[in-house]
Amino acid sequence: MYEILLREDLAPKVHLFRINAPSVAQKANAGQFVVIRIDERGERIPLTIADWDRNEGSVSVVAMEVGATTHRLARLQTGDSIANFIGPLGLATEIEKFGTVVCVAGGFAVATIFPIARAMKEAGNQVIAIMGARSRELMFWEERLRSVSDQLIITTDDGSYGRKGLVTEPLKELAAGGSIDRVITIGPSVMMKYSALTTKPFGIKTIVSLNPIMVDGTGMCGCCRVSVDDKTKFACVDGPDFDGHKVDWDLLIARQRTYLEEEKLALERDQHECKCQSSS
Amino acid sequence: MAKLDLNRQPMPRQTPEKRAKNFDEVALGYSSEQVRAEADRCIQCPKQPCVSGCPVDINIPGFIKAIQQDDLPEAVKVLKNKNSLPGICGRVCPQESQCEAKCTLAKKGAPIAIGRLERYAADWERANMKAATDSTTAKPAPGKKVAVVGSGPAGLTAAAELARYGHQVTLFEALHTAGGVLMYGIPEFRLPKEIVQNEVKYVISLGVDLVLDAVIGKTFTVDELLSQGYAAVFLGPGAGAPIFLNIPGENLNGIYSANEFLTRVNLMKAYAFPDYDTPVRIGSKVGVIGGGNVAMDAARCALRLGADKVYIIYRRSEAELPARREEVENAMEEGIEFHLLTNPKQFLGNEQNWVAGMECYRMELGEPDESGRRRPIAIPDTEYVIPVDTAITALGTRPNPIIPTSTEGLTVSRWGTVIADEETGRTEKAGVWAGGDIVTGSATVISAMGAGKRAAADMDKYLRP
Repeated sequence: MYEILLREDLAPKVHLFRINAPSVAQKANAGQFVVIRIDERGERIPLTIADWDRNEGSVSVVAMEVGATTHRLARLQTGDSIANFIGPLGLATEIEKFGTVVCVAGGFAVATIFPIARAMKEAGNQVIAIMGARSRELMFWEERLRSVSDQLIITTDDGSYGRKGLVTEPLKELAAGGSIDRVITIGPSVMMKYSALTTKPFGIKTIVSLNPIMVDGTGMCGCCRVSVDDKTKFACVDGPDFDGHKVDWDLLIARQRTYLEEEKLALERDQHECKCQSSS
Repeated sequence: MAKLDLNRQPMPRQTPEKRAKNFDEVALGYSSEQVRAEADRCIQCPKQPCVSGCPVDINIPGFIKAIQQDDLPEAVKVLKNKNSLPGICGRVCPQESQCEAKCTLAKKGAPIAIGRLERYAADWERANMKAATDSTTAKPAPGKKVAVVGSGPAGLTAAAELARYGHQVTLFEALHTAGGVLMYGIPEFRLPKEIVQNEVKYVISLGVDLVLDAVIGKTFTVDELLSQGYAAVFLGPGAGAPIFLNIPGENLNGIYSANEFLTRVNLMKAYAFPDYDTPVRIGSKVGVIGGGNVAMDAARCALRLGADKVYIIYRRSEAELPARREEVENAMEEGIEFHLLTNPKQFLGNEQNWVAGMECYRMELGEPDESGRRRPIAIPDTEYVIPVDTAITALGTRPNPIIPTSTEGLTVSRWGTVIADEETGRTEKAGVWAGGDIVTGSATVISAMGAGKRAAADMDKYLRP
């Protein structure tokens, strides 16, 4: 069992879990993920590593309540435990001194981009961060991200905070400015797709972190296969980072929708069980 | 001399109609009368040809003799002296091409059903003997720490053997449950999971320390194990990475590797969704590509999950099917349809990106290839479409690259398998042994066990000053 050392609510339906997992903490690097399973009947889901503390032996992950598993996770508190916590999996993000690096985060992926931006900064890069969300209440870690960035740009869809609009707008301006050496963009698939399309005409290498459905997360099942440069890759072992200009986005998005009906059913069942438990 | 009894006892099984709708074990096991009748057929021939057919050298006439004398504890003891996992081997070993093929009575067409007798003895032990204890730890403990990577057949066997030699064994498993392919791959109806877990418990009872959720090459590297106090490492991670066909449409929704499909069903219990969280989507027409045991397992699981039609698509003819004959017959009885001499050219999808059909060639057999089997050749202009809404590719596996690529000094073949001495399992890296599918590519449970056992013996020699 892996104890939750701290559960923290970052935004509505978005929670951080700091998990006691010393061996994972020793090895964790920016861009890698873990696979978790809550209990005996749970499914295995991948969560990107948001931070780690090698001294404490802890690894932090951030999850948004979307399906049955993340809803169930959201009901756990500090001191509770989960059954399995496996990692660090996948390849770490390529970190070196590129020059000027733009780190773009859509929604709760700010938790994923933070350790990458920090590593890029430590490697001597000029880091420009862009964080976007639907509205202000969904924003978190602004100061953390600012602390590892030379410049921070905030966008909201509704204009409730920062600049009104999508992350692709400031990204396009920066790209057009001509002094960007690399872009890392992480968030929902559609956001990554359009970020990659934005930088493509400028020929700026753009790294994305793909999030297909996974089962084992160790290269065993092939569920997470994606097409990159017309070649099939397993996101769990060959990625999750890939060249965003070469990803077949429509395939990724279609495959992510494989179990929509089952996910709905599982969530309804979970919500029903949850109500029964809280009323008894 | 007594007349030879050629009346091989048949294995009682669930009827095809009944078993096609449940995941319970198909073969029900011999009754006590049957086991005696079958054991009594053994003539205890002095040459013991059966033993030479066993990859782990079980004293087969010895355990059968004990059954003849109604001494089941002795039968178990004889089995376990050479084989830590008899309940598993009795079920999934291809006896027909190993021990039973060598049996003197095989010439008369009625070899002793050695596997079924082994299974009976193991099941008897599970039901009647107290927590497995072992008295075969003969040598004094040298007190060396050894690591075994992977808890499938090779790793479980190596761990058990090393513990019996007196070493302090840590067994690392990447998944959340021990057993490897015995848990995620082979279905309940062929190998009940309770039996696997019982064998795992037996290995733990020998003093083996099991560490789950440890992906070697990620959580710990082999070099870290060696530098952190493990005097030797055995690698038995299996050949876990699925092979795909590399044809158009292969990434459509509804197309699974057999590994994914079987993992969802067996390890994650997707058949019990939504009581268990992991889903699996089975349509009404399922095409399974391949002709091995894994293809049969996937096809029969799909049938049990409610598919109307399940097809095996295999590019050679029935004679070349690599699956055990018994499993092919089971599948046919259950209503699986075989499209032989057929090979997919591409998968066709619908507007929702779901697989809707397989366009296939009809094939013919040409000259034998390097494997000795006749090479299948597509007949031009014979393409036709088999409508399916689920497809499962069971084309074999290759080694997972995580360990080879993260271990300095380990050499691999062009197929990605780890190079190790066939007899001892020694790799070209000092202190590291390997065995099972990581060395041979996809093979059998028993050959992996044999490799684990031979490596353990060589490791023991290395660990003693």
